[in-house]
Amino acid sequence: MATAAARDTAGSRAFDARADADDTADHERAFDAAVAADERIEPRDWMPDAYRATLVRQIAQHAHSEIIGMQPEANWITRAPSLRRKAILMAKVQDEAGHGLYLYSAAETLGTSREELLDKLHTGRQKYSSIFNYPTLTWADVGAIGWLVDGAAITNQVPLCRCSYGPYARAMVRVCKEESFHQRQGYELLLALSKGTPEQHAMAQDAVDRWWWPSLMMFGPPDDESPHSAQSMAWKIKRHSNDELRQRFVDICVPQAASLGLTLPDPDLKWNEERGHHDFGPIDWAEFWDVLKGNGPCNEERLSRRRRAHEEGAWVREAAAAHAARQTNGETGATRA
Amino acid sequence: MTTTSAKDTAATAAALALGDDALVLSHRLGEWAGHAPVLEEEVALANIALDLLGQARVLLSMAGDEDELAFLREERAFRNLQLVEQPNGDFAHTIARQLFFSAHQYLLYGELASGDGPFAPLAGKAVKETAYHRDHAEQWTLRLGDGTDESHARMQRAVDALWRYTGEMFQPVEGVDVDWTGLETAWLEWTGEVLRRATLTVPEGPRTGAWTAGAGRQGLHTEPFGRMLAEMQHLHRSHPGATW
Repeated sequence: MATAAARDTAGSRAFDARADADDTADHERAFDAAVAADERIEPRDWMPDAYRATLVRQIAQHAHSEIIGMQPEANWITRAPSLRRKAILMAKVQDEAGHGLYLYSAAETLGTSREELLDKLHTGRQKYSSIFNYPTLTWADVGAIGWLVDGAAITNQVPLCRCSYGPYARAMVRVCKEESFHQRQGYELLLALSKGTPEQHAMAQDAVDRWWWPSLMMFGPPDDESPHSAQSMAWKIKRHSNDELRQRFVDICVPQAASLGLTLPDPDLKWNEERGHHDFGPIDWAEFWDVLKGNGPCNEERLSRRRRAHEEGAWVREAAAAHAARQTNGETGATRA
Repeated sequence: MTTTSAKDTAATAAALALGDDALVLSHRLGEWAGHAPVLEEEVALANIALDLLGQARVLLSMAGDEDELAFLREERAFRNLQLVEQPNGDFAHTIARQLFFSAHQYLLYGELASGDGPFAPLAGKAVKETAYHRDHAEQWTLRLGDGTDESHARMQRAVDALWRYTGEMFQPVEGVDVDWTGLETAWLEWTGEVLRRATLTVPEGPRTGAWTAGAGRQGLHTEPFGRMLAEMQHLHRSHPGATW
C-alpha cells in the first residue's frame, strides 16, 4: 500500500500547468515517502513514469526468460533416461510456462498487455536472460541448469520478494518456492550422475564446466558498468548490487560443488580469509556482451523457434476468438463465415 | 496354480497394453513443450502428459520394472494402440487424437473403477484426470470446429485422418474385464454428439483398416513409432546398467 497522501492527491486533478506541476511534486513526495517506508506500490498508485518503464522492462524480460528458458530443457524431455526424471522435467517445464503467465500478468498491471510484450520479444525489442542462448548438449546439462542457473535465478529473485512494486513482489514469492524445488532436483540429478558410472561422472563434470561462467554472468554486468542499478536500488526494485549477489552465489556454490564431488572450472577460485568470501577469476565480459547482442550459440534458434510457435499457432488463437465471439452473440455454427 | 498364473499373465499383458497407451501418448504430448499455440496450452498439454506418464508408471510397474519396460523393449514388443503413436501433426490433429483417446479412456476407467479387479485402484484415480483431459479436448474441438473456416477445415481433416485408428480401441484386451461392445456404443454416441456440436461431420469411413484392427496390441505399429522409440530410448540404451 502506498501512503494515504499518495492516494489523496491522486483524486485532485488540477487544470493548469502550474497546478499540474505542484500535483506531480506532491505525488513524487508521497511516492518517495512510501518507498522509504518500505510500503508496497500498487497498480492504482501514482508512480514516476521512469519507475513504471523500468518495471515493465524488467518484469517483461523476466517473463520472456521463463518462456525462452523452456526450450533448452524441453530439448531433453523426449530423451530423459528414466520415467521418474522425465516426469520431473515435464513438471519443471510446465512450471516455467506458469511462471511466464504470472509475470505477464504482473506486467499487465502496469498498463501493458501480454500481446504487446510478446511482440516486443519476437521483434527483438525486449531481451531475455542471456543464459538461455547456451545449448543443452547432454542430459547432465538439465542438472547443471537446475543447480546453477536456477540457483543463480533464486539468488537474484529472493530479494525481489521484497521489491517495492507489490504485484511483482507477490509473483516472486510464488516463483521462488517452485524455483527452489527445481534447484534441489537439479542438484540431485547431478549427484546421481556424479556418483554413477565414470561416463556419467564425466558427463556431469563437463556440464558444470560449460555452465559455470554463463551462470555467473546471469547477475549482470559489474556494478560500475550497470546503468540501471543505482536508480533501481533507490526505488527498492533492486535490493543488492550485481556484484554482491554474484559473490553470494559463488560462496553458496563452492561447498555444494564439493559435496557433489565436482570441481568448478576456475583456477583462481579460493577462500579469502580476510574478506570472508571466495575470490574468483575474471569473467569474460566480451562473451557476455556478445551473447547479449545476439551472437550467442543459440540466440537465432531460440527466437525463431518462439516466433514459429507463435505464428503457427495464430489460426488456433483466431479460432478461439471467433468461437468465443459467436458464443457471446448466441450464434451457432451455421453462421460461421 | 495354472489358473492363477494364466490370470497373472493376462493381468500383466493388460497392464502393459494400458500402460503403453499412456506412456506413448504422454511422450507425444511432451513433444509439444515450447511449441504450443498459446502459453495456457503449454501448461495444459504438459499437465495432461504428466497425468498420463503417472498412469503409465503405475501400470508398467504392475507388469515389471518401469524403466526396463519403457527403454529396453523394441518396437514389436510395445502393445499400445496405433492411435496414440500417431505424430502430433498440427494442433487439430493433436486435439482429435486427444478427443478420441480421452473419451475412450474415460469410459474404460469409469467401468474399471467401479469393479474390483486389479485395475480398480488405478482407474479410480485416473478417471478423474481423464475427465479433465476429455473436457479439454471437447472444448478445443468445439472452438476449432466452430471457429474460423480455416480451423473448421483443419479440424475436419484431423478427425477424418485419425478415424481409421479408432476401432482398435474396442478390440477386447485379455485381462481387462469390461463390456467392450457397450464401451464402443457409448464412445460412438458421445464422440458423434461432440463432433456434431462442433459443426463437424462424423466420418463415414471404416474405423479399422487391414493394418489397424488390433494391430498395435499385437506389436504391429506404424512407421513413425520406431523413430519415436529411437529418440526416447537412445540415452538410456547408451549407458547399460546405469542408474539415473
